[in-house]
Amino acid sequence: MIRFETRNAPPRALTVGVPILSALVALALASIPLAFAGANIPTAYAEMIKGVFGSKFAFSEMLTRATPLIFTGLAAALAFRAKLWNIGAEGQLYLGALAAVAIGAGAIDVPAFVLVPLIIVFGAAAGAAGMAVPTLLKTRFGADEVVTTLLLNFIILIFVQMMLEGALKDPMSMGWPQSAPILDQGMLPQLMDRMRIHSGLIMALVAAGIAQFMLARSVWGFRLRAVGENAAAARHAGIGVNRSLMSVAIVSGGLAGLAGVSEVAGLKGYLTADLSPGFGYTGIVVAMLAGLSPVGVVISALFIASVFVGADSMSRAMGVSSYLADLVVSMSLLCVLIGGFFARFRIVRTISEVA
Amino acid sequence: MDILQILLTDSFWAASLRIATPLIFGVLGALICEKSGVLNLGIEGIFAAGAMAGWMAVWLGAGLWGGLLVAALVGAFFGLIHAILTVPLGLSQHVSGLGVTLFATSVSYFIYRTALPNVSSPPRIEPFQALDIPILSDLPFIGPVLFQQTAMTWLALVMVVLVWYVLSRTALGVAIKAVGDNPDSVDAQGLSVYGLRIGAVMAGSALMALGGAFLTMSAFDAFFFGMVNGRGWVCIALVIFASWRPGKALLGALLFGAFDAFQVRLQTEVGAFVPGQVFLMAPYILSILALVIAARGADYPRALLTPWFKGQR
Repeated sequence: MIRFETRNAPPRALTVGVPILSALVALALASIPLAFAGANIPTAYAEMIKGVFGSKFAFSEMLTRATPLIFTGLAAALAFRAKLWNIGAEGQLYLGALAAVAIGAGAIDVPAFVLVPLIIVFGAAAGAAGMAVPTLLKTRFGADEVVTTLLLNFIILIFVQMMLEGALKDPMSMGWPQSAPILDQGMLPQLMDRMRIHSGLIMALVAAGIAQFMLARSVWGFRLRAVGENAAAARHAGIGVNRSLMSVAIVSGGLAGLAGVSEVAGLKGYLTADLSPGFGYTGIVVAMLAGLSPVGVVISALFIASVFVGADSMSRAMGVSSYLADLVVSMSLLCVLIGGFFARFRIVRTISEVA
Repeated sequence: MDILQILLTDSFWAASLRIATPLIFGVLGALICEKSGVLNLGIEGIFAAGAMAGWMAVWLGAGLWGGLLVAALVGAFFGLIHAILTVPLGLSQHVSGLGVTLFATSVSYFIYRTALPNVSSPPRIEPFQALDIPILSDLPFIGPVLFQQTAMTWLALVMVVLVWYVLSRTALGVAIKAVGDNPDSVDAQGLSVYGLRIGAVMAGSALMALGGAFLTMSAFDAFFFGMVNGRGWVCIALVIFASWRPGKALLGALLFGAFDAFQVRLQTEVGAFVPGQVFLMAPYILSILALVIAARGADYPRALLTPWFKGQR
């Protein structure tokens, strides 16, 4: 008879190997939809690789795409570590972006060294507020944060549309629902000439570094992990569970808000209601693929961004629907889940005894 | 005055029931899954898959009822994926459900795009038509509200009774509820915990897919990207509001439908003073409020979210 037995600690090779293997399996599984679409499979993969590594521009596009994913991936990873199910990064991203244009698109005219930090702080605060509310509803009323954060995504997106047709609408936009552009001195510096890559990437990498350190080395990180592993035991040990949840909610929401800041103030310059093609939801996949480790988030964001940019480029060249990228991303989530199972358990063959 | 008159029109009540129909399917589906102990956040994606598969089957010539069958089977298939991940493998129900939502949505979109690469306007099918029953459909008020709905609305109402009957009056229902409350006791009786949970998740997911199919085969006649628009998540909130009872689930869905129908009509009355988005937001805010009010008193299945492994007590 076959039995699953819990490993005490999964070997390090598995915790690193399983996500990589899962990602590769998901990529390989993409050959099924490619075949369904009638594409030449080797050519399609070659086009995907060319779309990411084929030129300096292609590679910089991948890094540009990875930037918001690092932020939303960190947002999910930290919250999930505390078993706080923040599925609302998409909405929090928009709140951050909304705050960025509200303050940076001409409301105040101050030099760059004042305006840029203000935009960053207000954007993060808006995102943090967006996660603080559902967390309060959870700790106060027991309302499941999965459902409330998911529903808030819709509410916030409609609110953004309302603002873009109302208070924040650009009077020069010829009727398009978009905000006025962020002042030049409010924009995050570009990193390379004639490329879209911007210093939001540096911010994201710094955030990942800080998150890694705080999670592994600080009292805050210890409390967060304790609450996530066993809330009842943490409470028994004198850890303020609700306070820990609220603090991780603020950090998680703030990181998601920074994703919005970096997209608006680093890349687009103004806000539209289609700013994010689901970066908040994809952040969950990024975090899971990273095994909820902040440093891992950087690597898995690079992988997911490569899938998106590579598949986009392949789809333009070969006429295969670019939804292929979403398909690969969702399959890598399912694969890493299954892979994680085999990392945590070992299969044991036992001789069945008479009970 | 005009606002009160809205409540007296038959078109308002007919619209309420129509808007409630996909939610009735979805809430019942989520309810069955959760009663067995498995939260199914795949619902949003299963809605999309049911909408696409049902529509495409009809478009390919399967007929309307054939389309519903295809949608239900597709829903059960995605339910099976979620069930395998969460029941025998015991993985996080939250993450697996979200994974199924992403997977089901992207598969549906990819297949739709691949089958119809360059269409400017989505192809239409002949959807379910309003019923025309002699005498009954011509009754004042009752006729338009109840007897001029499509067959799918009636199917949803039948499902409410069926789910209630199975859960509360049959041995199978007792077993499903027991496996969601105390799987050890079910195992001790020699019943299969895995079998019951996998079956419940597949059946529930099939119902969710019918909710999606209603969108493309009754409410509209074509498939659009993003057409599910959070309806699945609303259902997850409504199940808690309904405290896992089919009758209250129907009531919750109807309340939601009535509210949605009301806000559309209110919009035409006061739309000049209030931005339209306020009305669009209202149903989601209402769902959160319902959740906040009902959460503490809700009668959660005791083993919800808790994986069970054979031979481990």
